Amino acid sequence: MDKTLHSLADAVSVIPDGATIMIGGFGGSGAPIELIHALIDCRPRNLTVINNNAGNGHIGIAAMIEQDMVAKMVCSFPRSKDPRAFTERYLAGKIELEIVPQGTLAERIRAGGAGIPAFYTPTSFGTELAEGKPVEKFEGRSYVQERWLKADFALVKAERGDTHGNLTYNKAGRNFGPLMCMAAKNTIVQVSELTQPGAIDPETVITPGIFVNGVIEVQNPAQEEVLNLAEAVYP
Amino acid sequence: MTQIDDIKLSNAQIAWRAAQDIDDGAYVNLGIGFPEMVARYQREGCQAIYHTENGILDFGAPPAPGEEDWDLINAGKKAVTLNPGASFFHHADSFAMVRGGHLDVAILGAYEVAETGDLANWSTGRGGVPAVGGAMDLVHGAKRVAVITDHLTKKGDPKLVSKCSLPLTGVGCVTRVYTSLAVVDIEDGHFVLREKLPAISFDDLQALTGATLHTTDTVGDLIVPEL
Repeated sequence: MDKTLHSLADAVSVIPDGATIMIGGFGGSGAPIELIHALIDCRPRNLTVINNNAGNGHIGIAAMIEQDMVAKMVCSFPRSKDPRAFTERYLAGKIELEIVPQGTLAERIRAGGAGIPAFYTPTSFGTELAEGKPVEKFEGRSYVQERWLKADFALVKAERGDTHGNLTYNKAGRNFGPLMCMAAKNTIVQVSELTQPGAIDPETVITPGIFVNGVIEVQNPAQEEVLNLAEAVYP
Repeated sequence: MTQIDDIKLSNAQIAWRAAQDIDDGAYVNLGIGFPEMVARYQREGCQAIYHTENGILDFGAPPAPGEEDWDLINAGKKAVTLNPGASFFHHADSFAMVRGGHLDVAILGAYEVAETGDLANWSTGRGGVPAVGGAMDLVHGAKRVAVITDHLTKKGDPKLVSKCSLPLTGVGCVTRVYTSLAVVDIEDGHFVLREKLPAISFDDLQALTGATLHTTDTVGDLIVPEL
């Protein structure tokens, strides 16, 4: 078994117009910038993107939005230091937004990966974000039914990976990565270091390789925050 | 009536008062912005463990400028450091800590708090781009959900009200409010005044509050150091 992908272009060229894509990261931490920029080079359109945020500056997801690749964002917090790419298109009616509470977003993705079509959560009960959703009482308290979230592709950044797709992450860059790896039909992961099987202690594996379809080594990956401090623009 | 701006507590002083109620070893989540100040005023000998919903328990002070690791940030996307005993986890585990009742205290800001414990703190309802983040999750599950806030809006309207007029974050979730003038508990659908600034009378405080302030026993003096 060898899940190694040999170029960023090969890794993302399989993503077609209209695809639903989960992209890992919380703000810049864990954002797979190199995979996103390779996707921008391929320029598929009419995408649905699932991420906690909706881009910052003129790189990463913000650059995808500026290239008019994104028809819909599913996120909890479409604000950042520089959210203009999303904000301008949203206010002009050019991009759709599904706003999801952050913990519900995480659990919907987990449910998608775990084969659980719906679950009940106290989050959003009695608020406008629960409108139209079934409500049930359990032990005297009201809960809102939420549905699983699945994707055609996931683009995720991890720290170490082996050719079987076993992964470790870097600090809080883990965030949505392990959940998104489970919830997509085709999970593509960039790792800072790609190793042979056995090089990662099984006790430290965070994402087991069964959830990963392809891994590509990107040494010394860019950090969104650092690129934005340098006022980087892509392409 | 006393000039409120002359006597009211600063944000730092409100944060200090809230910090006095955090026990040693408590697991605490502080909302982005003003609530983050609470961590500066831990009581002597008390060490709380701070949770940030993006996936860290027991983070510490900001790093020195130039020492930032941008994979080591808090929910406000600011760089942090780790204390000995820190841990990382993914988002589903992080919100299991929140919704599953494992946090001792969550401290949040507010636009409005109702006497029923309803909280409005995520949307001004005026259009624009909606953004909720983790606010609707954080109001459920912590053993205590406290709010820190100015007693009044910038326009001078009460923030403590009988019913919220803005979009809700959660229903019946807040248990205590620390304001610039008072400490108020929410019990059985009522505001119960626990402490007030000595410089304001009960009647004046009631006039600045949008629902009835109840009292049990004696009302304590809200005394906070200069900060």
